[in-house]
Amino acid sequence: MTAQPDREQITIAPDGRPNSEQPRWRRDFPIDWPQDNYVARRDFTRFLVLTSFAFMVGQFWIVFQNFFRARRGESPIQRIARVDEVPIGSVLTFSYPREHDQCVLVRLGEQSFVAFSRECTHLSCSVVPQPDNRRLYCPCHEGVFDIASGSPIAGPPRRPLARITLDFRQGAIYATGVELRVL
Amino acid sequence: MRRRFTREQKTTIIYGILCIVLILVVLQLWLLAATMNAYLGGDQSVIWPAALASLGCFALNAGLLRYLFAIERAQA
Repeated sequence: MTAQPDREQITIAPDGRPNSEQPRWRRDFPIDWPQDNYVARRDFTRFLVLTSFAFMVGQFWIVFQNFFRARRGESPIQRIARVDEVPIGSVLTFSYPREHDQCVLVRLGEQSFVAFSRECTHLSCSVVPQPDNRRLYCPCHEGVFDIASGSPIAGPPRRPLARITLDFRQGAIYATGVELRVL
Repeated sequence: MRRRFTREQKTTIIYGILCIVLILVVLQLWLLAATMNAYLGGDQSVIWPAALASLGCFALNAGLLRYLFAIERAQA
């Protein structure tokens, strides 16, 4: 007894068998439009679920990254310079906490010092201090940060620069930590 | 015994599923971008809730896809 063809089947395969008995490649590439529409949307849904899986993996990748960041522990305490080595309105670049992490120390007033990481929060280019314009400028994409607060004031960056916490001991300035900020 | 759907009914079902999956994937994309921004800004409080929400979205999507293939198996 032969199987009855599907009553909704528009295209009849050369061997005359119903769609469900056709090889996979023929079912995945139907000739009639309604079936083709159905298969295209089903495969798009499948692709979207794969994308959903990728996003979930990315989300858990952040969880793992955060776990390893938490295990890294506290930043070291590092001497930057003597207070009198940095004139008012001038800047001093230094490396902290690791050798390749560039930072900038700015003396805004007699007793006012701030320090920031030079890593732009947009795409990690190195920002250039421009104390005369009271700003830190990123030449890659025209990003501008306020020199006193490290907040973005122009260009694509949305997060402020990481702040380096400072301590003053016996006339010297010490970096004591890195403070990441959202706003 | 599973119910057999006509092709028009299956197309309607797949459109509904596609809409839900699309909304959930966009939600996951927003979650990923927001969590990455928070992580880079040092905010750890949202990381686990966002990961669990993303897992929930994926589970729902996978369940809908499974339902879609179950319909096809029933037709065969």
